[in-house]
Amino acid sequence: MDFGPFLLLASLEGLVQAAVLSLTALGLCLTFGVMRVVNVSHGEFYMLGAVIAWWAASILGPKYALSGYLIALFLAPCIVGLLALASERFVLRSLNYEPEATIVATIGILYIIQQTVLMSFGPDAKPVNPPFYFRIDFPWFGYSGYKLFVIGAAIVVLSGTWYVLARTRVGLIMRATQLDRDMAQAFGIPIKRVYAYVFAAGAMYAALAAVLIVPIRQAHYLMGADPLLMSFIVVIIGGLGSVRGAIVAAVLIGMSDGIISMFFSPTLAKMVSTLLVALVLVFRPQGLFGVKTS
Amino acid sequence: MTDVTNKLPNSGRRSAIKKVGALAVGAAASPFIPALSGYAFGSDAPIKIGMQAHRTGIGASYGRWYERVATATTKLINEEGGINGRPVELIVEDDGTDPKRGAEVIEKFATLHKVDVAYGTLFSHVVIGSSPRAGELKLPYFVVSEGHHVASGKLNRYVFQPGITDVKSQVISMAPWVSQNLGKKVTMIYPDFAFGHDHRDYFSAAMKQQGGEVLELIAIPPTESSFTRYLPRIPRQTEVLYHVMVGPGVLTFVKEMGQFFGSSRPEIFGFIDSLEAVDFATPQLEFLDGTHFWEAHPRYAQQNQSEFDRFYRERVGVDENGASIDDPGDISTYSHMFGCWETLFILKQAMEASGYKSSTPADKQALIEAVESMEKFEHGRNHPQGSKVFNGKIHQSFGHQHISRVENSRLNVVHTTSIEDGMYEPEGDYTQMPL
Amino acid sequence: MKTHRKLVSLYLHAAVILGLFLAQFFLPDYLYLAVTRVMILSVFAIAYNILFGYTGLLSLGHAMFFSVGLYTAGLTVYHLEWSAAEAFVSSIGVGLIFSILLGAVALRTSGVAFMIVTLMFSQVFYLGTLYFTTYTRGDEGLVLSEGARQFTFLFASFDLSDPSVRYVVAWLLLSLSIIFCYVIARSRLGRALVAIRENETRTQMLGYNTFMLKLVAVIISGTLSSISGAAYVLLFAYAGSSFATIQYSIDALLYTLLGGAGTVLGPVLGAFLMFFMIDITSEYTSAYLLIAGIILVFLVMYFPRGILGEVRHRWLQWLP
Repeated sequence: MDFGPFLLLASLEGLVQAAVLSLTALGLCLTFGVMRVVNVSHGEFYMLGAVIAWWAASILGPKYALSGYLIALFLAPCIVGLLALASERFVLRSLNYEPEATIVATIGILYIIQQTVLMSFGPDAKPVNPPFYFRIDFPWFGYSGYKLFVIGAAIVVLSGTWYVLARTRVGLIMRATQLDRDMAQAFGIPIKRVYAYVFAAGAMYAALAAVLIVPIRQAHYLMGADPLLMSFIVVIIGGLGSVRGAIVAAVLIGMSDGIISMFFSPTLAKMVSTLLVALVLVFRPQGLFGVKTS
Repeated sequence: MTDVTNKLPNSGRRSAIKKVGALAVGAAASPFIPALSGYAFGSDAPIKIGMQAHRTGIGASYGRWYERVATATTKLINEEGGINGRPVELIVEDDGTDPKRGAEVIEKFATLHKVDVAYGTLFSHVVIGSSPRAGELKLPYFVVSEGHHVASGKLNRYVFQPGITDVKSQVISMAPWVSQNLGKKVTMIYPDFAFGHDHRDYFSAAMKQQGGEVLELIAIPPTESSFTRYLPRIPRQTEVLYHVMVGPGVLTFVKEMGQFFGSSRPEIFGFIDSLEAVDFATPQLEFLDGTHFWEAHPRYAQQNQSEFDRFYRERVGVDENGASIDDPGDISTYSHMFGCWETLFILKQAMEASGYKSSTPADKQALIEAVESMEKFEHGRNHPQGSKVFNGKIHQSFGHQHISRVENSRLNVVHTTSIEDGMYEPEGDYTQMPL
Repeated sequence: MKTHRKLVSLYLHAAVILGLFLAQFFLPDYLYLAVTRVMILSVFAIAYNILFGYTGLLSLGHAMFFSVGLYTAGLTVYHLEWSAAEAFVSSIGVGLIFSILLGAVALRTSGVAFMIVTLMFSQVFYLGTLYFTTYTRGDEGLVLSEGARQFTFLFASFDLSDPSVRYVVAWLLLSLSIIFCYVIARSRLGRALVAIRENETRTQMLGYNTFMLKLVAVIISGTLSSISGAAYVLLFAYAGSSFATIQYSIDALLYTLLGGAGTVLGPVLGAFLMFFMIDITSEYTSAYLLIAGIILVFLVMYFPRGILGEVRHRWLQWLP
C-alpha cells in the first residue's frame, strides 16, 4: 500500500486506540491524582464492563442489538461503580489508602474478580454485536463505521469530563482534595465521600470504555491486563495525576503505537516503548507534559 | 536402568525392608510403594490416568473440551470392560496453562496419585516444561498438543504424541494444494512466538519447494488485541494470504481482516486455529465465504460422514455443526480434541498388547516398547479422524489433513491430503535413548 | 538476658535448617519432590524480602531477576554446552551486573514510581525473551538434557536429575540463604536498611548514604534472585518466558507478605504455605486464584505484618 493511505489507516487506528485508552487512563488518573492510590484492579473493572455488555446483549438477542447496547452503556458503569464503591468502602478505606497496602489489596481484588468471571462467564472469548454496522469504503481499504463512532463518543465523554472538572463545584472539590487533603478537610469538604465517589468514577470510566470497545474486540476474562499496562504508561507519560497530561499522552501513545509498529518489528517496538516509558518515569517523574502538582 | 522410585532415597529404604521379609508390615505402613499396590488391590484396581487439564489460564477454552472428550472416552472404555479387564480412572488436575505448575502436576501424578500414565496436555510450553519431569520420574506421558516438540527429538523417551499430527506435518501437507489451487505468492500472518515461527519456517520452506514464494512475513506480538494496523503491510501482488492466530483475540483478527479487504480480497487460507471454538455464523464473518481453512477433523458433518464420526459426536455430545448439544452457541475445538479420544484408545491397545498389569518399571518399559512398535492406526471407531501412520522413532503420528471451503457459513471439505504429503525426514530417534 | 535471646533465636534458625535436612529421611515421595521445589522458591522469596521486608522497597519486577539467572544458566548450558557449575557461576555474575544497572537507574525513583519502573523493566525483559525466540524458544521454552546436568566437584560426580542430589542442593542453597539473611539482619548494614524503611530522611540526616545502601540491597536481592532462577533451571531442566511474567513477581510478594515481611524465616514459611495451599485446593476447585486473592486482601487488612511478623509483634520481639 502507498504511504499516504497507509498513514491514514494508521491514524484512524491510532485514534480508536487513543479514544479507548484516554477513557481507561482517565479513570486510573483520577484515582491516582485525587487519592494517590494505584488501582491495579482497574483492568478488571474494564473487563467487567465488557462482560456486562455481552450479558445484556445475549439476554436480548441479536434482534435488539441496539437496545442491548444502550442498556449496557448505562448498566455496566453503574454495576461496576457500585462494586468499586464497595471495595473502596470495605477494603481501601480500612487501609487508610496507604500506597503499598492498596497495591497489594487491589492485586487481591484483581484475582477475585478475574476468577469469579472465569467461573461464571467461562473461558471463551465472546463476541458482542455492534449496535449498527456499516463499512466505509476508502479507495484503498475498508473501515468499520462503528470505530468512528467510538472516537466520537470518547470525545463527547472527555469534553463532559473536562466541563465538570473545570467549571463546576464538583471539579473544584476534587482539585482541592488533590492539592491538599488536610486543608480541604479543614474547609469542610467530606474527604471520605469524595474518595469513595472518585474511586467509583474511575472504575466507571474503565467500564464505559470497555462497553464502547467490546463490539470491536470480544469479552474475555483475561482482557484486563493490556489496558491496565497501557493506562499505566499513559498516566506516567502524562504526569502522574494530571488529567490534561493523561489525555494528551493517550492520544500521543495511541497514535504512535500504531505508526511505530508499521516500521519496526512490533515486538521490538513494544520493548522500546516500554523502556522509554520507564526512563521517562526515572528522569522526568513529573511526566513529559506534567507540571509538578504537589 | 533403575526404577526412579528406587532413586528416591526413602523408597530405597523401604525396598530394604521388603528384602528382610517384612513385606506385610511395609505394605501396611506405606501406601507409597507402587510395586506392592498391585498385589494389595488385586486386578480390580483401576488403571489410573492423570490428565493435565488447562482449566484456568490462557488455554482454558480448549481445556474444557479436552476434559469433556477425555471423560466421554473413559466412560466408553469402561463400559466395554476397561483395559485388561481393569476399570480406567481419570484423575484430572489443573495446570493453569503454566509450565511450572505443569511440572509440579507431573510430580504429583507420579508420586502422590501413583498414576500409570500422564496424558492430555495441549499447550506446547506446558508439554515442554513437564517433559523432563516425566522422563526423570519414568512416567509415560501422552500429549495431545499438535506441537512439533515431540517429533523434534528434543524431549525424551517417555513422551508420546500418537493421537494427533504435529504442526510441521500439517503445514507441509498444505503447501502443494495451496500453490496449485490458490496461488504461488503468499503473505503470512502469524503470532510472534514459537508456534507461529513453526508455521513461518515450515510453510515457507514447503512453498519454495512447490515453486512458490513468500512475499511478506507479518508477525503479530502476543500481547496484541487489535490488528488492523498490520494489514497494510500485505503487498498488493499477494495471491494468497495465509493466516494463523491463537488466543482470545482471534475473532477480532478475522473481523478486522474482513473490514480491511471488503470485496477485493486475495485468496485467503487459514488454519482453523484462527477460528477454533468460534461460530462461523457470527456477524461480519460473511466475507469468509469462499475462503479456505485447514481442518484436522471437519467441524461440520460432511455428506460422506463416516459412521465413526457420527458415533464420536454422539458420545462426546457434539451436534453436526460441531457445537455442544446442550448449547448450539457453544462451539467445540473440533480439530484438536479428537486427539484425546484416539490417544486413550491407543493407550488401551498398547497396554493390552504389552500385558500391562501395574506401574512397575518392567511393565512401563514394556508399554513404551509396545507403543514404539506400533505402525499404523486404521480409520475406525477408535480413530474417527482417519487412519494414521505412527513413527515409533520420533513418537509421532501422521494423519490425513483436510482443506475446507467456507460456504454459507459452514465448512465443506474440498481436499483431503494423503499421509505421505505430510511426511518429513525424522529428526531424531528416541528408541536409542535408555529406558 | 540479651545474649540468651540471641542464642534462642540462633537455635531456632539452626533447628529449621536441621529440620529441613532431616525431613528428607521421613518425607513421603511426593512431599519429598515438592519440598525440593519449594526450597528453591523460598530462596527467591528470601531474596525478595531483603529488598521489600528490610529495606521497604516494593518491587514488581523480581521475575526479571529470577529469569536472568534462569536464562543465563539455561542458555549457556543449552547453546554453549557449559557445565552446570560454570553456568551457575556465570548466572551469579550476570545477575550481579543486571542488579547494579537496574538498581542504579530505578533507585532514582521511590514509592509508587519504583514499583512501576521495576514492573516496566521486567516487562521489557519478558518481551525480550519472546523477541529472541531463535535462542530462547520464547514461550515454548527449552529443555536441558539429563547429560548436561551432571557435574563433578572434588572428584565426585553429581547428577542433578537424581532426586536425592537435588534435595541436598536445594537444601544447601536455602540454608546458606537463611544464614546469609540472618547475618545481614543482625549486621550494621541490616539495621541501616531497616532505618531507611522506617524513615529515609532521618537516616540520611544521620549521615548514611541511603542511595548506596539501597543499591546494595537491590544488588543482594537481585543477585540472590538470579541464583534461585539458575538453580531452578539446573534442577528442573526447563526455562521458558512464563517465568518472566509479572505473575512470578507477585508470587514472591505474596510469599513474603504471608510469612511476614522483614523476618528471616517469614518468606520461607510463606512459600511453603502458599505452595501447599494451592496444591491442595486445586484438587477440589479450579478457583485457587480466588482463594489467593481473598488471602491477599485479608492479610493486608488484618495481618499486614504476616504470620511471623505478627508473632514477633506479639510475643517474640527478638525474632530477626
